[in-house]
Amino acid sequence: MSILVYTESENNNFKKNALEVLSYGKALSKIMNEKVVCVSFNIDNTEDLSLHGADKSIIINDTSLADFKAKTYSNCISKIAKKEKSKIIILSSSADCRYLAPLLAVELDSSYSPNVVDLPKSSNPLVVKRTCFTNKAFSFSELNSEINIIGLSNNAFGVHENQSETTFENEKIELIEDTIKINSTEKITGKVTIADADIVISGGRGLKGPENWHLIEDLAEVLGAATACSKPVSDMGWRPHSEHVGQTGKPVASNLYIAIGVSGAIQHIAGINSSKVKVVVNNDPEAPFFKAADYGVIGDAFEVVPKLIKKLKAFKN
Amino acid sequence: MNILVCISNVPDTTTKINFINNDSEFDTNGVQYIINPNDEFGLTRAIWFQQKKGAKVTVLTVGESSCEPIMRKCLAIGADKAIRIDAIPTDGFFVANQVSEICKKNNYDLIIAGRESIDYNGGMVPGILAGLLNYNFVTNCIQLEIDQNIAVASREIDGGKEILSSKLPIIIGAQKGLVEEKDLIIPNMRGIMQARQKPLDVIRPINIQAKSIIKSFEKPKPKGEVKLVPSDNVDELINLLHNEAKVI
Repeated sequence: MSILVYTESENNNFKKNALEVLSYGKALSKIMNEKVVCVSFNIDNTEDLSLHGADKSIIINDTSLADFKAKTYSNCISKIAKKEKSKIIILSSSADCRYLAPLLAVELDSSYSPNVVDLPKSSNPLVVKRTCFTNKAFSFSELNSEINIIGLSNNAFGVHENQSETTFENEKIELIEDTIKINSTEKITGKVTIADADIVISGGRGLKGPENWHLIEDLAEVLGAATACSKPVSDMGWRPHSEHVGQTGKPVASNLYIAIGVSGAIQHIAGINSSKVKVVVNNDPEAPFFKAADYGVIGDAFEVVPKLIKKLKAFKN
Repeated sequence: MNILVCISNVPDTTTKINFINNDSEFDTNGVQYIINPNDEFGLTRAIWFQQKKGAKVTVLTVGESSCEPIMRKCLAIGADKAIRIDAIPTDGFFVANQVSEICKKNNYDLIIAGRESIDYNGGMVPGILAGLLNYNFVTNCIQLEIDQNIAVASREIDGGKEILSSKLPIIIGAQKGLVEEKDLIIPNMRGIMQARQKPLDVIRPINIQAKSIIKSFEKPKPKGEVKLVPSDNVDELINLLHNEAKVI
C-alpha cells in the first residue's frame, strides 16, 4: 500500500505545486502510516523530492513524454499506481492535472475529489474538505472507492520541508498510442501565471480603459506578480479572456490579491476568495469589495497606484 | 454532424449560498436556476455549427423535473431536441455514466460539456465520459473548429494555450472564450414558442452507485472588518502588508 503523488516538473525543475502536493502527501502518510511515493516524468534533478518528504521516487524518462498528453500521462500514472498498490493518489490543481484526473479515475475505477483544501477530516472512511459553489462554501465529501484521487487546491496546504531518505527507481513504461495531436503550443515566457503567482494584481472598470493598464502592469512588475482583470474588462476586450478571474473565469488562490478599481461583484469575490490577503483600492467607499477585503484604500486609482509603485520600488531596494 | 451538449442546472451566479437541515442540504429556497455558464458557451458553439454546417443539436441533462425550464430554454436558444435522465445527479461519476449510456445508443460526432459546473465544481463529467467511451478529449477548450471529420481545438494551459487536433468523435470541456460573451443567444419569442413543440424525452436512469457522498456543508467564517488606510499614506499600507500580513 502507498500514497502516490504526481510531482509535475518543467524544464528539469519541479513546479511549486509539485512540492505542495508532496508536502501534503507526506503529512497524510504520517496519519495513515503509509509510504509516500512520487511519480515524475523527464527529470534528473530530484533533490527537492528528498527535501520534501518522498519515501520513494519513480522517474519515467522517455523523450516521447516530452509534451504533456493527458491520456498517455494518466495511463503511465495508473500503471505506477497499480504497481505501488496506491490507495490514495494526490494531484495538484494545474490545468494539466485537472485534464488528466478524470481519465485516471476511469482507469483506476476510483473516486476523484478536486479542490481539496485540507488534510482529510477522517481517514476511514476517507472524508475530505473541499470548496464548492465556486468558493462560496465547503463540503465534506466521503470518498468510498478502493482507490481515491485527491486534487489539492493551489496554495491551500503550502510547501513544507521534511528531509527524508528516498529510494530512487527509474521505470520504463510501454506507452499507449495517444490519438490527439499537438499542433502548437503558445506560452508566454518570463511572465508569472495566475496559477503559479504568489501575488496577483487585478484591474477593473475603474481604470477607465486598456490604455491605463500600465498601472496594473507596473505594479505587478515591482511585486513580481501576475496580472488579472474583472469580467466586464475581459468582455469589453480591454484584456484577454485568460486574465479574467472570478466565478466563470480563473480561480485565484494567491497569498496576496490586490484589486484596483474592481467593485467586487459576488461572482468576482467567489473566484478570488481563496486568496489569503486581499487589498482593494477603489474611489467608491460603498464598493462591495470593501466587505471582502482585509485592507482597503478609498481613493482614486490614478493617484494611489503611482504612489504605491514609487514607494514599493523604494521599499524593495 | 450530430452534437450532444450536456447541460447542468445551477444556481444563478449571484445566488447567496445557504444550507438547511444541519448544514446537510443546499437551501434552494428562492434560488433562481440558470444554464451552467460553461455549458452555455458550449451550447452556443454547437448552435453555430447547426446554423453554419447543418449540425443537429441535442441537449441532455441528468436531473429531476425541476430542470425542465432550463431545458426548454436550451430548445428556445435553438437546440433541436432535449433529453432528461430522470435522476438526482449525485456525483460526476454517476452523471457521466448516465450520459455514456445515451452516447452508446447514438452516434454523436461531438459531445460538449462545460469544463465544470459552478455549483459542485467537480470538473469530472466530460473527462470521465471520455474515459468510459474511449473518445478523444480536450478540456478548458477556448476555440473549436471542425473540418470534415477533424476537430481542431485550443486548450487553455497555465500561461498560454495549446492547439490540438483529433479525429471525430471528440469530447470537449467548454469554458469562457469558446464563444464571445456577446454571441450568447437570448431566446426570442419565436424561439420560445417553437421550443414548446420540440421533443423533450424523459429517460429512466441506469442503476449505478456514486463514488462520493457529500456528508455536510460549511460556510466560510465571517470576515473581520476591512482595515482602511488613508489614500495619502501608502507607506502605511506597505508597512501593514510587510509587517502584519507578511505577504511582501
